[in-house]
Amino acid sequence: MPDPWESLQTTALLGTDRRPLPAPGPAAPYDGAVDRADPAAALLELAALETVRRRAGALPAPAAAPADRPAAEDPRPELPPAAARRLSLLLSTRGGNGVLANVGELLPQWLATARERGYRVPAASVPALLDAARARSELRPDAVALAGPLGRWLAERNADWRFVQRAAQEPVPAQEPVPAPEAPDAAGTQDAAPAEGDHLWHEGLFAERVTHLTLLRRRDPAAGLALLRGTWPTERAEDRLLFLDALQEGLSLADEDFLEAALGDRSKNVRATAAELLSTLPGSALATRMAERARAAVRLSGHGTHLLVTPPASCDPAMQRDGIPPKSPTGRGERAWWFGEVIAAAPLSLWSGHTGLTPERLLALRVGDAIDETSSTWADDLREAWARAAVRQQDAGWARALLGPAPVPGPGRPARTTGAPAKLLAVLPPAERAAWTAAFIEAHGLGDSFQLLGACATPWTPPLSTAVVEALARAAASGAYPWSHSGVLGMTERALSPQSAEAVEALAAGAAPATAWGETFARLAGTLRFREAMLAELAA
Amino acid sequence: MEERWSTEHVLSLAPDAASKKAAAKLSAPAPWSAAGTDGDAVWGECKGSGSTPYRTVVELATPAYQCTCPSRKFPCKHALGLLLLWSGSPGSVPDGAEPTDWAAAWLKGRQDRAEQRAVRAEAPADPAAARRRAEKRSARVAAGAAELRLRLADRVRHGLADQSTAGPWEEVAARMVDAQAPGLATRVRELDAVPQQGLLAEYAMLHLLATAATRLDELPAPLAATVRARVGYTTETAELLAGPTVRDRWQVLGSRTSPMEGGTDERLTTRRLWLRGAKTGRPALLIAFGRPGQAPELALPTGQVVEAELAFHPGARPLRAVLGTRHGAPAPVPDGLPPGLSVAEAVAGYGTAVADDPWLDAWPTVLTEVVPVLSEEGWHLTDGRHTVPLHRAAVPEAALWRLAAVSTGRPLTVFGEYGHRGFAPVTAWGRDGRPIGLTTA
Repeated sequence: MPDPWESLQTTALLGTDRRPLPAPGPAAPYDGAVDRADPAAALLELAALETVRRRAGALPAPAAAPADRPAAEDPRPELPPAAARRLSLLLSTRGGNGVLANVGELLPQWLATARERGYRVPAASVPALLDAARARSELRPDAVALAGPLGRWLAERNADWRFVQRAAQEPVPAQEPVPAPEAPDAAGTQDAAPAEGDHLWHEGLFAERVTHLTLLRRRDPAAGLALLRGTWPTERAEDRLLFLDALQEGLSLADEDFLEAALGDRSKNVRATAAELLSTLPGSALATRMAERARAAVRLSGHGTHLLVTPPASCDPAMQRDGIPPKSPTGRGERAWWFGEVIAAAPLSLWSGHTGLTPERLLALRVGDAIDETSSTWADDLREAWARAAVRQQDAGWARALLGPAPVPGPGRPARTTGAPAKLLAVLPPAERAAWTAAFIEAHGLGDSFQLLGACATPWTPPLSTAVVEALARAAASGAYPWSHSGVLGMTERALSPQSAEAVEALAAGAAPATAWGETFARLAGTLRFREAMLAELAA
Repeated sequence: MEERWSTEHVLSLAPDAASKKAAAKLSAPAPWSAAGTDGDAVWGECKGSGSTPYRTVVELATPAYQCTCPSRKFPCKHALGLLLLWSGSPGSVPDGAEPTDWAAAWLKGRQDRAEQRAVRAEAPADPAAARRRAEKRSARVAAGAAELRLRLADRVRHGLADQSTAGPWEEVAARMVDAQAPGLATRVRELDAVPQQGLLAEYAMLHLLATAATRLDELPAPLAATVRARVGYTTETAELLAGPTVRDRWQVLGSRTSPMEGGTDERLTTRRLWLRGAKTGRPALLIAFGRPGQAPELALPTGQVVEAELAFHPGARPLRAVLGTRHGAPAPVPDGLPPGLSVAEAVAGYGTAVADDPWLDAWPTVLTEVVPVLSEEGWHLTDGRHTVPLHRAAVPEAALWRLAAVSTGRPLTVFGEYGHRGFAPVTAWGRDGRPIGLTTA
């Protein structure tokens, strides 16, 4: 017996001019109610009856497979209501330039703080949070941690959020120590992880592989090295370079053999990176070789008043193998170039050990050429190379000595800056960084402070915040345009200590109305208040 | 009225996406001064670019807005910003304050106007002229419906597979507008977008409606009312409220505003609000309109209960209603979960409703203890025994994921519309019993 609807449908598609109405049958008991004189009208009436019959008489479909596994319980406390509202606001607004700064820029800070406090975000906000993290990868670690088990559960069902699963393999630092592998509840995940990881490593996209290697190195450096060794000969040169970079995570002397072998790599960039990594390992053979070269290039004069420089006369194959390019890429003199490379790659501890002098004393010595002691051509090269070494080796003592004492206000030339002071600054502990930068800004204003401020931990300490606000006030008074400080202002909105809000409001009130600085200060004050309220809600 | 609104609720009042953005910027305490609330209204002064601050008042019950700014958006960003501030930073909008003079003056004026309106209503028009107009319209509608029947039959004669010779339905829709049958026009206009597979059912139901429209006198009164409403006859709110009303404690089950956020078309903004009477168990649908760029005035917070008189539009299956006298402001319910149905009961419930009103595409339905499940055929809701598919076309992607997230994969209560195309969720109740609007951003 044909389905009555199908018969009607077929006739309708072909047209009643070409195909007769389906004959009345037991399947359509209402048939008799329809006047069949006009086949087209009759077809529409039969179809209407059948449509209503099907809609009114529909039976529920039986449930198929048992429902899915639910998301794991999230034991963390839910956000305070005010903070939850703030989150939906931050997630629902994009763009800025108004009375308030771009509030989306405050999202990273909100997320980091909420994560630190150990909150769980409301379930309904998790999709928007994941969408935000999808668009902005810098939000991912915090967003994924906050989204917790629900985020992972959702990501298993939505390909847009695949990044969650990648990030989720990362153990949560600090609060939650990684369970020992033999712990029974961890067994499942530990078993699953390597298989999943192997799969990623062998079949994943390049970015996935780099992430996987980096995370594995963080957890188990030896396993990471073994993984990389396994496929090393078959990787492409560009990929080898970035995989090598990933070894920075958890670098130790255990990696030395592998890196030494990489010094013979086909690719120049791979060789250079391997050399750079080895040079940051103070006990490595490369560091020892460099120390020898450095000692030969710089010696203390007989009176102990000068450092006398004998730059390398050539770049022999051993030096080249250790990562020193024979050609200067900058067009500087070749010997000066080789000299700089040797000093930058030599362990800094060598200098104090060798001369018995502190970094400060060493930096105070005059620098001369070994042939012509009165020439000071090498002073800048030596300082520059030491600065690179201090950054590479993360040596706070040297960084401090190279930066010099915090600048003092007053006339005189700006403090001597060696290399990139922001990089040296980053080597110092946060409080020292802030104090040094504050002193710099007091002495020299905001002009050259952008990178220094960027190196400081946020939120800025109250003294640093005060220094920045005062420098802004001075800039406003001097008639400078606010947009010439737009970089610093943008950073200020995110990083200024909330306690400074009152001072900024005072500036806003003091500025002439409807001027650029008045608006700038009002906007900054508004943002600070917003940020203050936002952080206070999370503290509740 | 102590409950401060959620951010979502405040943002749902915004006329467009740009207003939301602008309002968020004004949601910080900085530009505001002299802000306060007495529980019935919120007011404050907002410093703008000019020298005089804007004065903003919101009366919460309706809600109604007043602002001295020149914006033509309604509500303006200042009103929304003030509400956001009130909602998010309680300390900045202190409670228990006396309205400032200017706020009090506006609130008083508003009350006076409302009372005058109540007195002025019911001015009798010329009944004979009204009858003549009505007869004339009936004749035009009947003629339009007859023409529509012919057009539909023509197409069926030629076959739905070959529509090459037939013009677009848009022309026929225009004829229906001329015939003063806007309901037919809307349905006709939608035919151009229906896939071939679904055409026969749409043609058939339209044929049924057009036929019924030519025979209104022969139909039972409730069904005739249903047909009149679907054809496009409207009933004045005042006329409805003059008739019988139903007083109940109406729980707001959910709301949906369209065009959806970001929609730029110039049509009216429509807000649908679904209610359920706590005593009578009756469902009700309120529809409010706003001009383009303006949010509809009527807004009630989902999950709360408002004691009020509703007047239902007549029909074989009454649902649409207008809001009459309110007895008090919306208040939160202690046990927020509305009573609901199993999947099988919901399917049967829609079936019964269709038997009364054959043109009914969906019926407001609360499902209890259902789990959203993603299968190869898409999203479903299942209660373990039976399953219904979600009506994908009616639900934005983001709403699906919100529903999934709120459920965490566990059974929950969902309100939505269930019909022959599936279930279109509107509100979900989270594990803490709080309602989550699924279609509001």
